[in-house]
Amino acid sequence: MKTGSALAAPPATFTAAQGNGAGRYRAWLATAVVLSVLPHVPGLNTDFGHSLLSQMGIAAVFALSFNVLLGQTGLLSFGHAVYFGLGGYAAIHFMRAINHGLPVPIALVPLAGAAAGLLFGILFGSVTTRRSGTIFALISLGVGELVYAATFMLPGYFGGEEGITANRTRAPELFGLNFGSQLQVYYVIASWALVAAMLMHAFIRTPLGRMCNAIRDNPERAEFIGYNTQHVRFFAFAVAGLFAGLAGGLHAINYEIVAADSVSALRSGTVLLMAYIGGVTHFAGPVVGAITLTWLQISLSDYTAAWLLYLGLFFMAIILFAPSGLAGLIVMHAAVVRTKAFRRLLAAYAIALVPAAVMGTGAVLLIEMSYRLSTHPELGAKMRLLWIAMDTATPWPWIVAVVLLVAGFVAFRMTWRRVAAAWDRAGDEARGGRFGGGDGSAR
Amino acid sequence: MVRRARRMIWLALAGTLAAGPAAADVKIAFIDPLSGGAASTGILAQKTHQFYIDAINAAGGINGEKIQLLSFDNKVNPQESLIQLKKALDEGARFVVQGNGSSIALAITEAVQKHNERNPGKEVLFLNYAAVDPALTNEKCNFWHFRFDADADMKMAAMTDVIGKDPRIKAVYLINQDYSFGKAVAAAARKMLNEKRPDIKIVGDELHPLQKVQDFSPYVAKIKASGADTVITGNWSNDMVLLIKAGKDAGLKVGWQTYYGGSPGTVTAIGEAGVDTLKQVSEWHKNALPELDATVVAFDKRYPGKENEYAYWRARNMWEMFSLAAKKAQSNDPIKMGKALEGMKLQTALGDVEMRADNHQILQPLYVSTLSKGVKYDSEGSGLGWKSDAKVDGKATALPTTCKMERPA
Amino acid sequence: MLELTAVSLLNGVVYGLLLFMLTSGLTLIFSMMGVLNFAHASVFMLGAYFSFQFGRWIGFWPALVLAPLACGLIGAAIERYGLRHVHTKGHVAEILFTFGLAYLIEELVTMLWGRNAVASSVPESIDFPLFALFGTSFPAYKGLMMAISVTMFAFLFLALKRTRIGLIIQAALTHPQMAGALGHDVPGLFVLVFAVGSALAGLAGVIGGVMWLTQPTLAHFVGPIVFVVVVVGGLGSLSGALIASMFIGIVQTFAVAVDYSLLDLFRVLGIGVTRASPLYEFYAIKVATAAPIVPYLLLVLMLIVRPRGLLGTRDA
Repeated sequence: MKTGSALAAPPATFTAAQGNGAGRYRAWLATAVVLSVLPHVPGLNTDFGHSLLSQMGIAAVFALSFNVLLGQTGLLSFGHAVYFGLGGYAAIHFMRAINHGLPVPIALVPLAGAAAGLLFGILFGSVTTRRSGTIFALISLGVGELVYAATFMLPGYFGGEEGITANRTRAPELFGLNFGSQLQVYYVIASWALVAAMLMHAFIRTPLGRMCNAIRDNPERAEFIGYNTQHVRFFAFAVAGLFAGLAGGLHAINYEIVAADSVSALRSGTVLLMAYIGGVTHFAGPVVGAITLTWLQISLSDYTAAWLLYLGLFFMAIILFAPSGLAGLIVMHAAVVRTKAFRRLLAAYAIALVPAAVMGTGAVLLIEMSYRLSTHPELGAKMRLLWIAMDTATPWPWIVAVVLLVAGFVAFRMTWRRVAAAWDRAGDEARGGRFGGGDGSAR
Repeated sequence: MVRRARRMIWLALAGTLAAGPAAADVKIAFIDPLSGGAASTGILAQKTHQFYIDAINAAGGINGEKIQLLSFDNKVNPQESLIQLKKALDEGARFVVQGNGSSIALAITEAVQKHNERNPGKEVLFLNYAAVDPALTNEKCNFWHFRFDADADMKMAAMTDVIGKDPRIKAVYLINQDYSFGKAVAAAARKMLNEKRPDIKIVGDELHPLQKVQDFSPYVAKIKASGADTVITGNWSNDMVLLIKAGKDAGLKVGWQTYYGGSPGTVTAIGEAGVDTLKQVSEWHKNALPELDATVVAFDKRYPGKENEYAYWRARNMWEMFSLAAKKAQSNDPIKMGKALEGMKLQTALGDVEMRADNHQILQPLYVSTLSKGVKYDSEGSGLGWKSDAKVDGKATALPTTCKMERPA
Repeated sequence: MLELTAVSLLNGVVYGLLLFMLTSGLTLIFSMMGVLNFAHASVFMLGAYFSFQFGRWIGFWPALVLAPLACGLIGAAIERYGLRHVHTKGHVAEILFTFGLAYLIEELVTMLWGRNAVASSVPESIDFPLFALFGTSFPAYKGLMMAISVTMFAFLFLALKRTRIGLIIQAALTHPQMAGALGHDVPGLFVLVFAVGSALAGLAGVIGGVMWLTQPTLAHFVGPIVFVVVVVGGLGSLSGALIASMFIGIVQTFAVAVDYSLLDLFRVLGIGVTRASPLYEFYAIKVATAAPIVPYLLLVLMLIVRPRGLLGTRDA
């Protein structure tokens, strides 16, 4: 198919040996610099901004650990929050021990989380990884629900409904920092996140990491060359558990409370969304997804009650139209950005943007009006969206919304063909041919 | 190149992020369940608080500033609540209002204490209007927390006084939600029944998962098998409605001694079967006064519908005291207002109300009432309404406290 | 004791039959297409909401027929316009699609009916006690539910075993490629099965909405259990789904009534365990508290030991 041709290049970041050593080190160094400067950027230098960045950091580590399973090894898990939560519980108990006098600085607490994540990854992994594919997904779902139910059975360790709390300031001070302020917590989280990301990136390049990719792509063949796919899955699972536990430990430091919903199916679902939306075929995809989703969860919910619906629609759109996620989209565009055809592509996008905006406005109007009527009927029929006031009791806003939606959709379909054609051109040019011949082959 | 893209995204986000809170308004954060099993009570409470805040704003606000209520959904989940609390504090809220779920309140009071320690000058007060675990004004008390509802022990004292006078009650079954509040109710029931009526047998002590049970018929079967003639329960919201519904479906004939029999939907669920059997302990009910209070009438007019029936009289006391405190302190600063709230006395249509200075527990009149026919004001359009059995004066509800709080300078 | 057992058994059977109504559709869908349909419980919820809304407009009994029809149509649409495009992208994409759909349906329901539970009430025609067992009355709507469930099972069973299309579906349940190779319209069958499965879920939703509270989080209560039943019962087997539903329904209902824990067992056996013992908290767990864990334990064990389930005809 024509439109698929630009996507034919295999995902570059996972399997291929990437760049030279110096280039990689420079990239990590640059990331470290950015992370240290970020909380001082105007707009992010408030408590709100620091909290936001901290949450993004935790989510990024969690999502990266999830991707060790999904993107790298092809294992779809619906219970990954178990290792996050159990790591969090271990970390918070460790913090409590520190509050009672254990002379360990708070910055080392995530290690307890990582250890617990590894332990439970090994424990449950021995059972969960016996199978792959759909059965693995079901088992992970079962284990997730099991652990969630079990947390209420052992209130002494898990705190029941109230959860377990601790205090991050009652600890030996490290360089005079007591970690009371959100900024200090951010630096702890950012440092650990960087370390975790570097380790996970390194993991891809180890023989074990390569074998994970192999059993993802072709398990039968991997077995032919003598590797036991179950063992590989088990090791990958343990590694993923370790980093999820680390994220749980960071979470414990940030919020000073861990409760049953850290192991819930909802949290497992959220990390799945993050990783998938960001893109599972690229190493940095889950980070992109984590940032996007965290921002949506925190900021979008302030603007509209329907934010979960928008999130759901966004997720569906990614599944149907951009299965390699946001990162995949970025890489796709990066591949063609230097071609001459790129300008035509941008022009095609601009033209398609108009009906898309019309369609979007119609949909948003319908959704917001419906939400207002169903969740706040007492606020009356008159509402305002951005700067437009409307009376939902009259049929006019509804008619306008439906017309916008339908008209926008129809026009969008027409303009989208232009975009598809522009993509073909750009793709062909990127691969070295001239305006792709009639048969589409550019070899 | 992906890292470059990542950096670009970071910077773009930084540019679009909202900077900080707007000036001049007093921001109050409301953190209660707005979705899920307890949504009915959380949403009703939100409307009640907004109603009183609107009244305060219409009268000029407090010390010239208007109050803005920011609502956050905590999903009856302490971790989620702290996440929302952080968000609220980051958005500039100086007061936190919460009530549905003592597990939440325990987490919030600890978090508020930590925040105030670490951020001098940005202190926050916690106004608790419904979380009645006694620990909040005893071993877990702190200066920043103020409770505007009688605690579980105080309510149980009133309830057991009435039970004590009823010779027909011989076997009691306790069923509660499995968390701090439910356990507190069960413990208080055991202790006080033992003191006042040692002859009453406690034939069952059940703790069920919080907001997770859809079908209570297995529990009702157990109650039936135990031979109890009375059930004491602290269940609220959906747990109350579903328990009552299962009891009615099974034809269970017991007296229901409840804390939250007035939860939206309960009277409808039990119907005629509840007449003379459904009792509650509350700070108000529709027939407590000969005439309905003007604010109740105005609220029900503004929010018609069964699920919006006025239920939170404690909010009325809370906001009245709040605006009085602002006036007394001549400032909206939380510390000054907190000091003004301590020891504050109020005269209301129901009786005298006082905010204890030693543990920040409110003393208000308590009513024990029974669902009856032929009362002036009915509930949920059912033709049945509450009738007072007994009234306890505010001062008489006071119980000893173990609270030792540190006060700010 | 006998009273408690009898009443618990009856309650357990009621719960089990409701689960069966819900899971029969999913068994068919999962067996035939290998799709882990996360949206199945959401369609159940839609059935409850539709029956509430239609009941408001035209009454309960017409709603009993119309709500499942509406759910069936929605199921057909999901398969025809959604899943069909995702089939080619692999199992992961399929599962994620239904997962996202579950999210979406919950939000759509909130958008249309609000966050509060809707005021659905038992319709008067079935709001009376049917009979009394040891003094506990058994409401008529539960009896209706049992009747519908049993009828439905009989109908499905007959349809699968005695009609031609049932025969083709059975073949496609175990050998979809072969059935396609023989010239049967397997994609069309997929749509049909999805539609019927969703209609069944909708029917279960009508009753579930009456028995339980109709609220946007309804799907969360039944979602995970449904998968347990399907897997434990076995793929491709309706009888397996029935047995598994009844088993889980009865066990969970009985478990609530059992207040014993390992401590009691130790006491009987004379083993001394005190509060200071390391695993004391574990021993003190009552069976009633541990009840929620049982289905998932069963799921995990079954998947490890016998992935085809109790009566399954093929591996997952």
